[in-house]
Amino acid sequence: MKHGIDEHDSRFKIARREAWIGIILVIINFVWWYGFAYGLGSESVEEYGYVFGLPAWFFYSCVGGFVLMVVLVTLAVKYFFKEVPFDDEQEETS
Amino acid sequence: MNWSVIVPLLLFLVIIFIIGFWASTYLKTSDSFLQEYFLGGRQLGGFILAMTMTATYGSASSFIGGPGAAYTQGLGWVLLSMAQLATGYFVLMILGKKFAIVTRKYKAVTLVDFLKERYESKWVVLLSAASIIIFLFSAMAAQWVGGARLIESITGLSYTSALFLFAASVMIYVIIGGFRAVALTDAVQGSIMFIGTLILLIATIIAGGGIPNIISDLTAENPNLISPYGFDGGLTPLYVSSFWILVGVGVVGLPQITVRAMSYKNAKSMHRAIIIGTVVIGFIMLGMHLIGVFARSVLPGIEVADTVMPLLTMEVLPSWLAGLVLAAPMAAIMSTVDSLLLLVSSAVVKDVYLNYIKPDASNQRVKNLSFGVTTVLGVLVFLIALSPPDLIIWLNLFSFGGLEAAFIWPVVMGLYWRSGNKYGAIASMVVGVGSYMIIHLYFPNPFGIHTVVLPILFSLVAFVLGSMIGKQRQKASAYVA
Repeated sequence: MKHGIDEHDSRFKIARREAWIGIILVIINFVWWYGFAYGLGSESVEEYGYVFGLPAWFFYSCVGGFVLMVVLVTLAVKYFFKEVPFDDEQEETS
Repeated sequence: MNWSVIVPLLLFLVIIFIIGFWASTYLKTSDSFLQEYFLGGRQLGGFILAMTMTATYGSASSFIGGPGAAYTQGLGWVLLSMAQLATGYFVLMILGKKFAIVTRKYKAVTLVDFLKERYESKWVVLLSAASIIIFLFSAMAAQWVGGARLIESITGLSYTSALFLFAASVMIYVIIGGFRAVALTDAVQGSIMFIGTLILLIATIIAGGGIPNIISDLTAENPNLISPYGFDGGLTPLYVSSFWILVGVGVVGLPQITVRAMSYKNAKSMHRAIIIGTVVIGFIMLGMHLIGVFARSVLPGIEVADTVMPLLTMEVLPSWLAGLVLAAPMAAIMSTVDSLLLLVSSAVVKDVYLNYIKPDASNQRVKNLSFGVTTVLGVLVFLIALSPPDLIIWLNLFSFGGLEAAFIWPVVMGLYWRSGNKYGAIASMVVGVGSYMIIHLYFPNPFGIHTVVLPILFSLVAFVLGSMIGKQRQKASAYVA
């Protein structure tokens, strides 16, 4: 490919791995969100449990899901994401 | 006129102007006008990057339309809106470092630049520049109408003067300051959105007598309001889930978002932006939509859903604080509009003019032209927003899904699939936008899923098939040549 893009550049391997982490996170996010919302929420309204005044399905799915994703995203970035330089050669004169 | 509400709004505008002027000083010192004006010299740090992505994404619909829908639908709509949490981390993780590295090598300033270098095809450039100009221009006009209506309802000015005030304030800082001004003002606007949400959420809960009280009010009125299925049971799990494509993962294809994924300074900024972005977007979406639901207990019986948020603010807050909170939807609209204006301008100047009309234009000429085009576009949108024609309204309905269907695969597969080529990209854009329009017109929400889902699948198939067939043609013609 032109522009000296080397597909075997080790930075691209890191980028690819991080993209997969993004996909895995979004799947976890979706399953958690769907599972609690329709798992607990499909009962009749009289049967609902409550957490902090909110229906339990909503609390776990939306509030809990939000907190969970913030924690997971932070952990993923801290422990799995690598810092790489973006400009390889300094000969660029833009 | 209600001056105690207007003064905080005016203060907000003054701050935005000061930032615009300050950012414009960078334009004088930068040696590459284009990189600086349309991309802020690729110098964004983590906080600014997170805020500009969030604020650009969060628009009138997050602060006006969304809470209004939640007011009608109940907690089911908050559930739906939480699909947007994914945008906080997904876009930057998927495009991530590869996009940053590749666009630097290509010296790309716009999304179209990237596509041009990646696919080396005039048709890809023309198709994508045309989609951006048409769709985003319409989206912009619609947002301006929303901004003007909001000013109208808060201040009591006439629609025309409100529109003029809104247009003039946005245009001044975008024209003089470029991307850096847009990103920095987005950071201020994003912070206002965050703080406004927090204040209003707390005030609404207090006004409603606490969450348990509000929820029991809602249950008494209609138990469906606290179920995930909407007030009439109409929100099916499949339909709600399909919003994960439209407002979650599909956002990777929106040009106003992708262009931000090439503007950051280094990997550290990107890492910080992912964390901050997730927190901010999650909080704003959860908070604003929850406010919409709670409003039903505080102010029952509002007929026009779009007025829920302004009316509620005036009801539960003292007027000086209401001005600050009402600056939040203003900020949301402005921060979306400024990015769109600059992006359409870059499509005209960089993607069309510099690519095909005058590639050897001098720096000075490009500079004058960029200021000129941005101004002309702004004036045009202003004129259109005075009395929006039906065509614009119609195109605006397509813009979000249409752009996603056009760009998602050429961008993502262009980065990660080496065999993708221009035949695939062209096929994918034509099939994506075409099928989106047809389904939208004739078979809206087929099989109970949102209209956008099928076109995104179709355009993926078109990309893969097009690339494979195209590759064989290339091989065949290589033998002939």
